[in-house]
Amino acid sequence: MAESASPQALDTFPRLLIHHAQVRGGKTAMREKDLGIWQSWTWTAVADEVRALACGLAEMGFQRGENLAIVGDNRPRMYMMMTAVQCLGGVPLPLYQDAVANEMLFVLLDAEVRFVFVEDQEQVDKVLEIQAQLPQLEHVLYDDPRGMRHYTLPFIHDIRELMAMGRIHNRNHPDLLTGEVAAGSADDVSVMLYTSGTTGKPKGVRLTHHAFISAARGGAEFDHLSADEDILSYLPMAWVGDHLFSFAQAMVTGFTINCPESAETVMTDLREIGPTYYFAPPRVFENLLTQVMIRMEDASLIKQKMFHAFMAVARRSGAEILDGQRVPLADRLLYVLGNLLVYGPLKNVLGMSRIRVAYTAGAAIGPDLFRFYRSIGINLKQLYGQTETCAYVCLQPDGEIKFDSVGKPAPGVEVKIADNGEILVKGPMLLKEYYKRPDATAEAINAEGYFMTGDAGLFDDDGHLKIIDRAKDVGKLANGAMYAPNYLENKLKFFPYIKEAVVFGDRREMVCAFINIDIGAVGNWAERRGIAYSGYTDLAAKSEVHALIQESIEQVNGELVGEGALADSQIHRFLILHKELDPDDDELTRTRKVRRNFVAEKYAVLIDALYSGRSSQFIETAVKFEDGRQGKVAADLAIRDVKTFGIAGRAA
Amino acid sequence: MSRQIGEVILDLKNVSLSFGGVKALTDISFDVREHEIRAIIGPNGAGKSSMLNVINGVYRPQQGEIVLRGQHFSKMNPYKAAKAGISRTFQNIALFKGMNVIDNLMTGRNLKIRSNLIQQAFWWGPARREELAHRAKVEEVIDFLEIQHIRKTPVGRLPYGLQKRVDLGRALAMEPSILLLDEPMAGMNVEEKQDMCRFILDVNDQFGTTIVLIEHDMAVVMDISDRVVVLDYGKKIGDGAPDAVRANPEVISAYLGASH
Repeated sequence: MAESASPQALDTFPRLLIHHAQVRGGKTAMREKDLGIWQSWTWTAVADEVRALACGLAEMGFQRGENLAIVGDNRPRMYMMMTAVQCLGGVPLPLYQDAVANEMLFVLLDAEVRFVFVEDQEQVDKVLEIQAQLPQLEHVLYDDPRGMRHYTLPFIHDIRELMAMGRIHNRNHPDLLTGEVAAGSADDVSVMLYTSGTTGKPKGVRLTHHAFISAARGGAEFDHLSADEDILSYLPMAWVGDHLFSFAQAMVTGFTINCPESAETVMTDLREIGPTYYFAPPRVFENLLTQVMIRMEDASLIKQKMFHAFMAVARRSGAEILDGQRVPLADRLLYVLGNLLVYGPLKNVLGMSRIRVAYTAGAAIGPDLFRFYRSIGINLKQLYGQTETCAYVCLQPDGEIKFDSVGKPAPGVEVKIADNGEILVKGPMLLKEYYKRPDATAEAINAEGYFMTGDAGLFDDDGHLKIIDRAKDVGKLANGAMYAPNYLENKLKFFPYIKEAVVFGDRREMVCAFINIDIGAVGNWAERRGIAYSGYTDLAAKSEVHALIQESIEQVNGELVGEGALADSQIHRFLILHKELDPDDDELTRTRKVRRNFVAEKYAVLIDALYSGRSSQFIETAVKFEDGRQGKVAADLAIRDVKTFGIAGRAA
Repeated sequence: MSRQIGEVILDLKNVSLSFGGVKALTDISFDVREHEIRAIIGPNGAGKSSMLNVINGVYRPQQGEIVLRGQHFSKMNPYKAAKAGISRTFQNIALFKGMNVIDNLMTGRNLKIRSNLIQQAFWWGPARREELAHRAKVEEVIDFLEIQHIRKTPVGRLPYGLQKRVDLGRALAMEPSILLLDEPMAGMNVEEKQDMCRFILDVNDQFGTTIVLIEHDMAVVMDISDRVVVLDYGKKIGDGAPDAVRANPEVISAYLGASH
């Protein structure tokens, strides 16, 4: 494959792969832990396997422009398949691996998929379950042969078969792939990602090579990423963030991606790899901190004292030291000592010793949580973006970190705020179109070429973007005061005991809330107080737990009083739900965002009870278990009133 | 199914066992064929565990003999049984609670280790190579049972269901040809039971291991076993395919209760 190494030519992912195989062929491109040992692939090996995969697909009749679905955990071969498909001018379409068969059905039908590449037996079974409804489906390829011995259906193939076929094909037609790669253009669609569908049916977002490579280059320059970074690839491949960090940026800069052994071993693998570049949604950071805190409570007295003393130093000046600000000499010295005794070992336990840059996004992160990580010297930053913008709109520059903003517009991106507060963005990273939905495309991109994000936000005095809520969610209370539900829910979720919250108040007299407790944190709290419980439903019904949550909500009300327009949004009444909101019951999206309208409809009887002043309400709910069985959960929920605060300068 | 049930591999002939005046087993005979899943059921105190203990030589029966692959044993002992490829799990988990999962599984490889104590102590030459090979085998078991995430966790800290799985793993690490399972699903919830069933069927299917199991959950027994032997007060009252046993009136009155 003769390619010039000039940057202009590196405008598609297959060309980038060939480039890396030439300039850093011996360097590790991917790692995966298998049978307890980290196995690695060099860039040369990756290029070789991608060639075999692509030629195998060509042999099986894969066509230019066709979609190929990829379903599974993060595995090297799954990433390689993306590039193999791109080599042939096709479009890889990663799906969420934990989606149930019926959720997959819609996407597979919509995208007219003929080829599906899945990870293992579990995913093959899912595809077989809906196979009868998929007339177009022709081939199912699988990566892990375990348990597949008895699958003799002729359209199911081991990926090794495909690669063996590809190698033979390549010997017979050595120029085919070179020609195919040369025929590709930067404006071809490189990937299709379905939006998680907070509203309506999922839409296929078509993004070009140019868009993703621009976003990846911009981000890499912004954070000075090099080919020596290590990243742990553990977030769903169907999610735009993983595609940017684990695929596009790795392809642009040539750094190493590391695939964990299984979803349960991520923490151990994180420690073993010690990534230098890390991405996690806020809930991962939150879980880590909760675990640390729980373990600290069980630690010996000396360790506890030491931990708390040095964490006080870190809270005082750790974040400032990271930002390069001036700090009293005494604190600076204490911080060095603390790093030796507490922060260093702690970072090591978390697997974060080598991190240069860590990002979080996807949901708001609590200020305490954010500050905790920064104060122990982890350069945690926030970013803002959507599937439609390659997860690339705003980034927080080093040294200019504010917990309540998402930073400044990223290189090459233009951001402006519409009159209704909606954030509009423009740049090379925008989507090409929604698949088969010109109406939706026209709706999302306005006449001047701006993409309408649907988020409401504002710029602060330093030019940092602050996100308030979804533009369409911002409503009004009955008295006309502004009501931003997500803002309130995030405030609630910042408390470690509250896992999920759903508030109601649009066009109503007052704001009320549903709460999901965090079974880990509250369970531990209950154990320490000797409160016995049998499970989530039981724990959620304890009056001690109600009192605990009430305290948190009162604290939120106290804060809201001081926030001008939002003072009227104080939460008057709340209840603790008898079950955890779950994507399997359609209450959350796969990315764990609350489906507000669905929840409101499903639990209408509870909302009525909240607003009619009742002190308890019986409810029975159908639940879906992980294996697809149905069950029922019933409970008599207590409803509590919360203390609210009078607004200064107004008669109570 | 690709597995084929073969010849009789283990044959128990007229086994009687008593402790003082208590007759635990009276004149029991049954056989186990290669690659089959053979269940032993019966009410509490029927002598099921005693039966397993006789097979792997923990108890010596006063009468009767055991024929293993044509070889006659009137006195079996646990060492001989293990050498002959019989491994087992225990009703009340018998793992080293303070050791992690890998080390517990490595103990399952003990019989196969050739290097001597001194070589092992210095972890030198052949001892090192050998341990690496055994560790690789243990990793296969870990992968098979999907317990990668608890590799380095001390067994005592694991929940009960996982401990049971590790117990099975230790037995599998021996690469047994006959696996004795003493109530592998006792005390488990439905989901854990389903997992365990899956693993037992997979072991049988993929490695062709012959399995003799004691289980209380009738649904499980009837579902996964090829043949069932029923004990009551130390006597055999039924033997045959699950459906035949289910229809046997003597079994119904003794074990399932008259209402079934």
